[in-house]
Amino acid sequence: MTPTDTPTSDTSPIDPAAAVRRPTGTAFTRALGVASLVGIVWLVLFGLFLSPNDASQKAGVRILYIHVPSAWLAYLAFIVTGVSSAAYLFKRTRSLTWDRIAGASAEVGVLFMGVALITGSLWGRISWGIFWTWDSRLTTTAFLFVTYIGYLAVRGLGGSHQQRARRSAIIALLAVLEVPLVHFSVKWWRPLHQQESVAEGKLSGLMLFSLFVGIVSFTLLYVWLVLHRQRVLAMEDSLDDQGLDQALAERRAEGAQV
Amino acid sequence: MIAVMSTSDQLPYVVASYVVTLGAIGAYAWRMLARARKIAAKVPPKDRPWT
Repeated sequence: MTPTDTPTSDTSPIDPAAAVRRPTGTAFTRALGVASLVGIVWLVLFGLFLSPNDASQKAGVRILYIHVPSAWLAYLAFIVTGVSSAAYLFKRTRSLTWDRIAGASAEVGVLFMGVALITGSLWGRISWGIFWTWDSRLTTTAFLFVTYIGYLAVRGLGGSHQQRARRSAIIALLAVLEVPLVHFSVKWWRPLHQQESVAEGKLSGLMLFSLFVGIVSFTLLYVWLVLHRQRVLAMEDSLDDQGLDQALAERRAEGAQV
Repeated sequence: MIAVMSTSDQLPYVVASYVVTLGAIGAYAWRMLARARKIAAKVPPKDRPWT
Protein backbone atom coordinates (compact mmCIF):
# COMPACT_ATOMS: atom_id res chain seq x y z
CA MET A 1 0.00 0.00 0.00
CA THR A 2 1.35 3.41 -0.93
CA PRO A 3 0.91 6.35 1.41
CA THR A 4 -1.52 7.99 -1.03
CA ASP A 5 -3.94 5.10 -0.84
CA THR A 6 -5.12 5.80 2.66
CA PRO A 7 -6.06 9.25 3.94
CA THR A 8 -3.61 10.34 6.63
CA SER A 9 -5.35 13.44 7.88
CA ASP A 10 -5.56 12.10 11.42
CA THR A 11 -2.01 11.47 12.55
CA SER A 12 -2.51 12.57 16.15
CA PRO A 13 -1.51 10.07 18.82
CA ILE A 14 -4.44 7.96 19.97
CA ASP A 15 -5.13 5.81 22.95
CA PRO A 16 -3.75 2.35 21.95
CA ALA A 17 -6.11 0.59 24.38
CA ALA A 18 -9.12 2.27 22.74
CA ALA A 19 -7.79 1.28 19.32
CA VAL A 20 -7.66 -2.36 20.35
CA ARG A 21 -11.08 -2.23 22.03
CA ARG A 22 -12.78 -0.67 19.00
CA PRO A 23 -10.30 -1.21 16.17
CA THR A 24 -12.66 -0.67 13.26
CA GLY A 25 -15.55 1.14 14.92
CA THR A 26 -16.71 4.74 14.66
CA ALA A 27 -19.76 6.54 16.02
CA PHE A 28 -21.46 5.87 12.68
CA THR A 29 -20.74 2.12 12.62
CA ARG A 30 -21.85 1.82 16.25
CA ALA A 31 -25.17 3.49 15.42
CA LEU A 32 -25.47 1.29 12.35
CA GLY A 33 -24.71 -1.81 14.42
CA VAL A 34 -27.38 -0.93 16.97
CA ALA A 35 -29.92 -0.26 14.18
CA SER A 36 -29.05 -3.62 12.58
CA LEU A 37 -29.51 -5.45 15.88
CA VAL A 38 -32.88 -3.78 16.47
CA GLY A 39 -33.88 -4.74 12.92
CA ILE A 40 -32.86 -8.37 13.47
CA VAL A 41 -34.89 -8.54 16.71
CA TRP A 42 -37.89 -7.14 14.81
CA LEU A 43 -37.32 -9.66 12.03
CA VAL A 44 -37.34 -12.57 14.49
CA LEU A 45 -40.45 -11.19 16.23
CA PHE A 46 -42.42 -10.62 13.05
CA GLY A 47 -40.99 -13.54 11.10
CA LEU A 48 -41.52 -16.19 13.78
CA PHE A 49 -44.33 -14.89 15.97
CA LEU A 50 -46.41 -11.91 14.77
CA SER A 51 -47.01 -12.64 11.08
CA PRO A 52 -49.68 -15.20 10.12
CA ASN A 53 -49.15 -18.51 8.30
CA ASP A 54 -49.70 -18.48 4.55
CA ALA A 55 -52.82 -20.24 3.25
CA SER A 56 -50.88 -22.58 0.95
CA GLN A 57 -47.29 -22.55 2.28
CA LYS A 58 -48.38 -22.52 5.95
CA ALA A 59 -45.42 -21.88 8.33
CA GLY A 60 -42.94 -22.39 5.48
CA VAL A 61 -43.56 -18.81 4.33
CA ARG A 62 -41.61 -17.64 7.41
CA ILE A 63 -38.39 -18.89 5.84
CA LEU A 64 -38.92 -16.47 2.95
CA TYR A 65 -38.46 -13.49 5.31
CA ILE A 66 -34.78 -14.41 5.63
CA HIS A 67 -34.24 -16.32 2.38
CA VAL A 68 -35.36 -13.52 0.03
CA PRO A 69 -33.39 -10.72 1.82
CA SER A 70 -30.29 -12.97 1.89
CA ALA A 71 -30.51 -13.58 -1.85
CA TRP A 72 -31.15 -9.90 -2.62
CA LEU A 73 -28.24 -8.81 -0.41
CA ALA A 74 -25.96 -11.30 -2.15
CA TYR A 75 -26.94 -9.76 -5.50
CA LEU A 76 -26.34 -6.27 -4.13
CA ALA A 77 -22.99 -7.30 -2.64
CA PHE A 78 -21.78 -8.76 -5.94
CA ILE A 79 -22.94 -5.68 -7.87
CA VAL A 80 -21.06 -3.45 -5.37
CA THR A 81 -18.01 -5.65 -5.93
CA GLY A 82 -18.36 -5.15 -9.69
CA VAL A 83 -18.80 -1.37 -9.44
CA SER A 84 -15.88 -1.01 -6.99
CA SER A 85 -13.71 -3.14 -9.25
CA ALA A 86 -14.57 -0.94 -12.23
CA ALA A 87 -13.70 2.11 -10.12
CA TYR A 88 -10.30 0.56 -9.36
CA LEU A 89 -9.59 -0.21 -13.02
CA PHE A 90 -10.59 3.31 -14.08
CA LYS A 91 -7.41 5.40 -13.87
CA ARG A 92 -9.00 8.56 -12.48
CA THR A 93 -10.53 6.78 -9.50
CA ARG A 94 -7.84 4.15 -8.97
CA SER A 95 -7.34 3.51 -5.26
CA LEU A 96 -6.78 0.40 -3.19
CA THR A 97 -9.74 1.49 -1.08
CA TRP A 98 -12.00 0.47 -3.99
CA ASP A 99 -10.26 -2.90 -4.15
CA ARG A 100 -10.82 -3.45 -0.43
CA ILE A 101 -14.48 -2.49 -0.69
CA ALA A 102 -14.79 -4.97 -3.58
CA GLY A 103 -13.13 -7.73 -1.54
CA ALA A 104 -15.15 -6.99 1.61
CA SER A 105 -18.42 -6.87 -0.32
CA ALA A 106 -17.68 -10.14 -2.13
CA GLU A 107 -16.92 -11.87 1.18
CA VAL A 108 -20.15 -10.65 2.76
CA GLY A 109 -21.99 -11.55 -0.46
CA VAL A 110 -20.69 -15.12 -0.28
CA LEU A 111 -21.91 -15.28 3.33
CA PHE A 112 -25.42 -14.12 2.33
CA MET A 113 -25.47 -16.37 -0.74
CA GLY A 114 -24.54 -19.36 1.44
CA VAL A 115 -27.36 -18.45 3.83
CA ALA A 116 -29.77 -18.11 0.87
CA LEU A 117 -28.77 -21.56 -0.40
CA ILE A 118 -29.21 -23.24 2.99
CA THR A 119 -32.51 -21.52 3.83
CA GLY A 120 -33.75 -22.17 0.28
CA SER A 121 -32.87 -25.81 0.71
CA LEU A 122 -34.87 -25.98 3.96
CA TRP A 123 -37.80 -24.23 2.26
CA GLY A 124 -37.53 -26.71 -0.65
CA ARG A 125 -37.79 -29.63 1.77
CA ILE A 126 -41.03 -28.17 3.12
CA SER A 127 -42.55 -27.17 -0.21
CA TRP A 128 -41.21 -29.76 -2.66
CA GLY A 129 -40.30 -32.60 -0.31
CA ILE A 130 -36.62 -32.44 -1.37
CA PHE A 131 -33.63 -30.39 -0.22
CA TRP A 132 -32.15 -29.90 -3.68
CA THR A 133 -32.93 -30.26 -7.34
CA TRP A 134 -30.87 -29.24 -10.34
CA ASP A 135 -33.34 -26.73 -11.73
CA SER A 136 -32.16 -23.55 -13.43
CA ARG A 137 -32.52 -21.15 -10.46
CA LEU A 138 -30.80 -23.44 -7.97
CA THR A 139 -28.06 -24.46 -10.39
CA THR A 140 -27.22 -20.90 -11.47
CA THR A 141 -27.26 -19.76 -7.83
CA ALA A 142 -24.85 -22.54 -6.84
CA PHE A 143 -22.65 -21.57 -9.79
CA LEU A 144 -22.66 -17.91 -8.67
CA PHE A 145 -21.72 -18.99 -5.14
CA VAL A 146 -18.79 -21.09 -6.38
CA THR A 147 -17.66 -18.30 -8.74
CA TYR A 148 -17.31 -15.83 -5.87
CA ILE A 149 -15.53 -18.39 -3.70
CA GLY A 150 -13.09 -18.59 -6.62
CA TYR A 151 -12.88 -14.79 -6.67
CA LEU A 152 -11.95 -14.77 -2.98
CA ALA A 153 -9.38 -17.52 -3.58
CA VAL A 154 -7.79 -15.41 -6.35
CA ARG A 155 -7.60 -12.46 -3.96
CA GLY A 156 -5.59 -14.65 -1.60
CA LEU A 157 -2.88 -15.41 -4.16
CA GLY A 158 0.53 -13.77 -3.74
CA GLY A 159 1.87 -10.57 -5.30
CA SER A 160 1.62 -6.88 -4.51
CA HIS A 161 -1.60 -5.20 -3.46
CA GLN A 162 -1.83 -3.63 -6.92
CA GLN A 163 -1.46 -7.02 -8.64
CA ARG A 164 -4.15 -8.47 -6.37
CA ALA A 165 -6.45 -5.54 -7.09
CA ARG A 166 -6.01 -5.67 -10.88
CA ARG A 167 -6.52 -9.43 -11.35
CA SER A 168 -9.45 -9.65 -8.92
CA ALA A 169 -11.11 -6.58 -10.50
CA ILE A 170 -11.08 -8.25 -13.92
CA ILE A 171 -12.59 -11.44 -12.48
CA ALA A 172 -15.23 -9.43 -10.60
CA LEU A 173 -16.33 -7.69 -13.79
CA LEU A 174 -16.81 -11.06 -15.47
CA ALA A 175 -18.46 -12.69 -12.44
CA VAL A 176 -21.07 -9.94 -11.98
CA LEU A 177 -22.55 -10.90 -15.38
CA GLU A 178 -23.92 -14.01 -13.69
CA VAL A 179 -26.21 -11.99 -11.42
CA PRO A 180 -28.85 -11.19 -14.10
CA LEU A 181 -28.56 -14.78 -15.31
CA VAL A 182 -29.56 -16.04 -11.84
CA HIS A 183 -32.26 -13.42 -11.34
CA PHE A 184 -34.01 -13.97 -14.66
CA SER A 185 -33.56 -17.75 -14.68
CA VAL A 186 -37.09 -18.15 -13.24
CA LYS A 187 -38.51 -16.26 -16.22
CA TRP A 188 -36.33 -17.72 -18.95
CA TRP A 189 -36.44 -21.42 -18.07
CA ARG A 190 -39.57 -21.76 -15.85
CA PRO A 191 -37.96 -24.00 -13.22
CA LEU A 192 -39.45 -25.67 -10.14
CA HIS A 193 -38.46 -22.58 -8.14
CA GLN A 194 -41.40 -20.21 -7.75
CA GLN A 195 -41.70 -16.89 -9.61
CA GLU A 196 -41.24 -13.53 -7.84
CA SER A 197 -43.82 -13.50 -5.01
CA VAL A 198 -43.46 -9.80 -4.18
CA ALA A 199 -43.63 -8.48 -7.75
CA GLU A 200 -46.71 -10.60 -8.40
CA GLY A 201 -48.43 -9.32 -5.26
CA LYS A 202 -48.69 -12.71 -3.54
CA LEU A 203 -47.63 -11.25 -0.18
CA SER A 204 -49.61 -8.59 1.67
CA GLY A 205 -50.27 -7.18 5.14
CA LEU A 206 -48.04 -8.45 7.93
CA MET A 207 -46.36 -10.99 5.65
CA LEU A 208 -45.20 -8.23 3.28
CA PHE A 209 -44.16 -6.09 6.26
CA SER A 210 -42.09 -8.97 7.71
CA LEU A 211 -40.29 -9.30 4.37
CA PHE A 212 -39.71 -5.52 4.35
CA VAL A 213 -38.23 -5.70 7.87
CA GLY A 214 -35.94 -8.51 6.69
CA ILE A 215 -34.72 -6.54 3.69
CA VAL A 216 -34.07 -3.34 5.69
CA SER A 217 -32.31 -5.07 8.61
CA PHE A 218 -30.14 -7.22 6.32
CA THR A 219 -29.21 -4.15 4.26
CA LEU A 220 -28.09 -2.29 7.41
CA LEU A 221 -26.20 -5.39 8.49
CA TYR A 222 -24.52 -5.63 5.08
CA VAL A 223 -23.29 -2.02 5.25
CA TRP A 224 -22.02 -2.57 8.80
CA LEU A 225 -20.18 -5.77 7.85
CA VAL A 226 -18.59 -4.27 4.71
CA LEU A 227 -17.41 -1.13 6.55
CA HIS A 228 -15.72 -3.21 9.25
CA ARG A 229 -14.33 -5.80 6.86
CA GLN A 230 -12.76 -3.27 4.50
CA ARG A 231 -11.08 -1.61 7.50
CA VAL A 232 -9.70 -4.97 8.60
CA LEU A 233 -8.40 -5.47 5.05
CA ALA A 234 -6.74 -2.02 5.22
CA MET A 235 -5.01 -3.00 8.47
CA GLU A 236 -3.91 -6.34 6.97
CA ASP A 237 -2.44 -4.50 3.97
CA SER A 238 -0.61 -2.16 6.34
CA LEU A 239 0.83 -5.14 8.21
CA ASP A 240 1.96 -6.68 4.90
CA ASP A 241 3.73 -3.43 4.01
CA GLN A 242 5.42 -3.32 7.41
CA GLY A 243 6.67 -6.89 6.91
CA LEU A 244 8.01 -6.00 3.47
CA ASP A 245 9.72 -2.84 4.78
CA GLN A 246 11.29 -4.84 7.60
CA ALA A 247 12.55 -7.54 5.21
CA LEU A 248 14.08 -4.88 2.95
CA ALA A 249 15.75 -3.18 5.90
CA GLU A 250 17.21 -6.50 7.08
CA ARG A 251 18.49 -7.27 3.57
CA ARG A 252 20.13 -3.81 3.36
CA ALA A 253 21.76 -4.32 6.75
CA GLU A 254 23.11 -7.69 5.59
CA GLY A 255 24.49 -6.02 2.45
CA ALA A 256 26.16 -3.28 4.50
CA GLN A 257 27.90 -5.86 6.73
CA VAL A 258 29.37 -7.65 3.67
CA MET B 1 -46.78 -23.44 -4.09
CA ILE B 2 -48.62 -25.83 -1.75
CA ALA B 3 -46.56 -27.22 1.13
CA VAL B 4 -46.19 -30.99 1.32
CA MET B 5 -45.91 -30.97 5.14
CA SER B 6 -48.23 -30.08 7.98
CA THR B 7 -47.52 -26.90 9.96
CA SER B 8 -46.15 -28.77 12.97
CA ASP B 9 -43.77 -30.76 10.75
CA GLN B 10 -42.57 -27.51 9.15
CA LEU B 11 -41.61 -25.76 12.38
CA PRO B 12 -38.19 -27.45 12.91
CA TYR B 13 -37.17 -26.39 9.38
CA VAL B 14 -38.36 -22.84 9.99
CA VAL B 15 -36.51 -22.56 13.30
CA ALA B 16 -33.40 -24.18 11.80
CA SER B 17 -33.35 -21.62 8.99
CA TYR B 18 -33.34 -18.72 11.48
CA VAL B 19 -30.72 -20.39 13.69
CA VAL B 20 -28.43 -21.09 10.71
CA THR B 21 -28.83 -17.57 9.31
CA LEU B 22 -28.27 -15.67 12.54
CA GLY B 23 -25.58 -18.10 13.66
CA ALA B 24 -23.60 -17.79 10.42
CA ILE B 25 -23.79 -13.99 10.35
CA GLY B 26 -22.99 -13.75 14.06
CA ALA B 27 -20.00 -16.09 13.76
CA TYR B 28 -18.65 -14.16 10.77
CA ALA B 29 -19.00 -10.80 12.55
CA TRP B 30 -17.43 -12.17 15.74
CA ARG B 31 -14.46 -13.63 13.86
CA MET B 32 -13.93 -10.40 11.90
CA LEU B 33 -13.94 -8.22 15.02
CA ALA B 34 -11.61 -10.64 16.82
CA ARG B 35 -9.19 -10.42 13.88
CA ALA B 36 -9.45 -6.62 13.99
CA ARG B 37 -8.66 -6.55 17.71
CA LYS B 38 -5.72 -8.88 17.18
CA ILE B 39 -3.97 -6.77 14.55
CA ALA B 40 -5.04 -3.24 15.54
CA ALA B 41 -2.22 -2.74 18.05
CA LYS B 42 0.40 -3.51 15.41
CA VAL B 43 -0.94 -1.02 12.85
CA PRO B 44 0.25 2.62 13.08
CA PRO B 45 -2.47 5.26 13.61
CA LYS B 46 -1.87 6.78 10.14
CA ASP B 47 -3.13 3.52 8.63
CA ARG B 48 -6.25 3.67 10.79
CA PRO B 49 -7.66 7.03 9.64
CA TRP B 50 -11.14 6.18 10.92
CA THR B 51 -10.03 6.08 14.59
